[in-house]
Amino acid sequence: MSNLIKLNGETASIVENEWTCVNLPASQAEQRVQAGKVVLFKLTGEKSVTDEQVATTVIPATGKVIVPLSVFIARKNALVSRINAGEIGVWLDTHEVLEHLNEHQADLNALPIIAVHVERFADGRIFSLGTLLRTRYGFKNELRAFGDILKDQLFFLKRSGFTSFLIRADRSAADAITSLHDFSQPYQGAVDESQPVFKRYNRTA
Amino acid sequence: MYQYDKLDQQIVDERVAQYRDQTRRYLAGELSEDEFRPLRLQNGLYIQRYAPMLRIAVPYGMLSSRQLHKLGDIAKNYDKDYGHFSTRQNLQLNWPKLEDVPDILAELATVEMHAIQTSGNCIRNITTDQFAGIAPDEVIDPRAMAEVMRQWSTFHPEFALLPRKFKIAVSGTKQDRAVVQAHDIGMEFYTDTTGKLAIKVWVGGGLGRTPILGSVIREHLEWQHALTYCEAIIRVYNLHGRRDNIYKARVKILVKALGIEEFKKQVEAEWAHLKDAPNTITEAELARVGKHFEDMPYEQLPAHNASFDAAVASNPVFAAWVKRCVHAHKTAGYRAVTLSLKPHGKAPGDATSAQMHAVADLAETYSFGELRVSHEQNLILADVKLSDLFSVWEKARAAGLATPNIGLLTDIICCPGGDFCSLANAKSIPIAEAIQMQFDNLDYLHDIGDIELNISGCMNACGHHHVGHIGILGVDKDSAEFYQVSIGGKQGNDASIGAVIGPSFAADEMPSVIQKLIDVYIKERTDEERFIDTVRRLGIAPFKAHVYADKNSAKDEVAA
Repeated sequence: MSNLIKLNGETASIVENEWTCVNLPASQAEQRVQAGKVVLFKLTGEKSVTDEQVATTVIPATGKVIVPLSVFIARKNALVSRINAGEIGVWLDTHEVLEHLNEHQADLNALPIIAVHVERFADGRIFSLGTLLRTRYGFKNELRAFGDILKDQLFFLKRSGFTSFLIRADRSAADAITSLHDFSQPYQGAVDESQPVFKRYNRTA
Repeated sequence: MYQYDKLDQQIVDERVAQYRDQTRRYLAGELSEDEFRPLRLQNGLYIQRYAPMLRIAVPYGMLSSRQLHKLGDIAKNYDKDYGHFSTRQNLQLNWPKLEDVPDILAELATVEMHAIQTSGNCIRNITTDQFAGIAPDEVIDPRAMAEVMRQWSTFHPEFALLPRKFKIAVSGTKQDRAVVQAHDIGMEFYTDTTGKLAIKVWVGGGLGRTPILGSVIREHLEWQHALTYCEAIIRVYNLHGRRDNIYKARVKILVKALGIEEFKKQVEAEWAHLKDAPNTITEAELARVGKHFEDMPYEQLPAHNASFDAAVASNPVFAAWVKRCVHAHKTAGYRAVTLSLKPHGKAPGDATSAQMHAVADLAETYSFGELRVSHEQNLILADVKLSDLFSVWEKARAAGLATPNIGLLTDIICCPGGDFCSLANAKSIPIAEAIQMQFDNLDYLHDIGDIELNISGCMNACGHHHVGHIGILGVDKDSAEFYQVSIGGKQGNDASIGAVIGPSFAADEMPSVIQKLIDVYIKERTDEERFIDTVRRLGIAPFKAHVYADKNSAKDEVAA
């Protein structure tokens, strides 16, 4: 049974996952836990990726694959034909910076899918990343959340522009799917419904 | 006050259903302890020392009689017949059952109340001045904007899981009573030179482990942009605030690390994209919400009332209450009344169910059916006629709500502390009670005059100890409860963070330590000076010397 929920307009359904997610090989190098002051808040406590990891990442030769941002940036030239064929997506971690993606891929809509990985449920950066991808970078294709994704984030993820949700393997997507509609009329404008409630309805009536 | 329409009601009802399902999944073992924690916290449910604690939102401190009656009923039916009003103008229940919480929320929803975002790493209850709308020094009634912001912040999807809690305070008076500088965002409304409503925005204030007063990020923001500007600030924070160490995760740490100039640059760059986005507030919406906060139907009354004046002249006990608990009102013939939740020897901020019903009745009879909660943990009747003050006093007195100590030493701000809270290092309520009993003499209290004493049981600073003229902080020393004392803190426009006077004290020393601080003040003060003024003029040295004199001589003897 698939654990992938996909939105098509307002309709959500559980569908087969046609994308293979490529992971970085485990790093032998020591994790960098402290960074310079300027980037401290972006990187503290997070892993950085080594050149060796990037070089040794195994990308399946055929089929639709989602590659890590660092691998995409470093090995993009080798992937050009597959990008043109619509077989390559990119995933990033919540501490990674969208500018880096945009620098190396000016037209994000050449990517059929961008995925954001959230390591811990409580990490709400994913909501800002989704919002920025939709509103700042004009990304129009599938935007997927994966990792520690549970029922209780879905409503917020949907409102932040995500259109597919890979529910954590030990939980039921069928149970989670109902949460996409926990609230029928949200107050504030966001990605999915840009107008706040006071512009959608005449509340003085 | 604001009345829900069907959209507001729907959101609250849907929240009850959502939380009921979350509780069910937790009790069925489908959600682990760790997974349930952020969910219950976003709903104000803590697991405490003995029982869960449920924090019920009182948006910007406004309550109706009907709501307070309901809170009284809930405290009786689901708790031990009392509740605790907190420094965030909320109500906390100390003994509800986890499995009862969905039912409590359903009860609350029937009176347009909820517990949404009263805890957790999200935008919390927005607080303001307890005299909003009636204060003579008010420039702008901040409540309509506070309500617009409440709605905007409720389930804001982008800011559902921030690095840490996020507190916003708004104020519209010359004399700040909302402690805007001690908040993640503080908004001071004013009328600009063109006569339009504008906002001075502060960012990066906060108490807690690292007390910092906010910095001004914008001197002038047009009111329409309040929401989008907050979004710019909180987006920068959400993306770049630290998430590796909860003690360094508040926005104040990010502002400090980047410097206000760099932080401002990033916020302004973000806002360049957000300015005029759909969340920009419209005239129509502000007007719609503002209608709920229009003036009460006041009677045309003379500025004086003979029977009131006579009662003050002939009854010194009533006069003492009037002096401390009755406050100026912008409308002739009206006053605001503070009902003290600080009777000597009782937990500050606690109210029994019977008291809640009594206050609700008082509000119904004498104050247009509304009341407010102050961040000093008292209840306010905002619109009482001069001619009714004596009756209000008699009834309040009968309910134990007329201690004439507002603004005095025993009007202590105090967190629940180690008696209830699992975060606390030390108890705070018994310290407050011991100090109240040490100073249980109203003449003496009046002679000491205006002073603020704030107690927190740990560095999370729920009792705002940093901004107390005297601040007391519970600390853990070799697993024993000790208390660190600071002086010189202050809330208001000239806010300051208190300075620690020296090594901490055992619980039983605390009443005499406070006594010694007061003794120095009484000896050194000039006629005009309040305690805080004397501390600011002299510095902490003479206070420190007197408080530690015995300790030092004892040490000298041992050394000799």
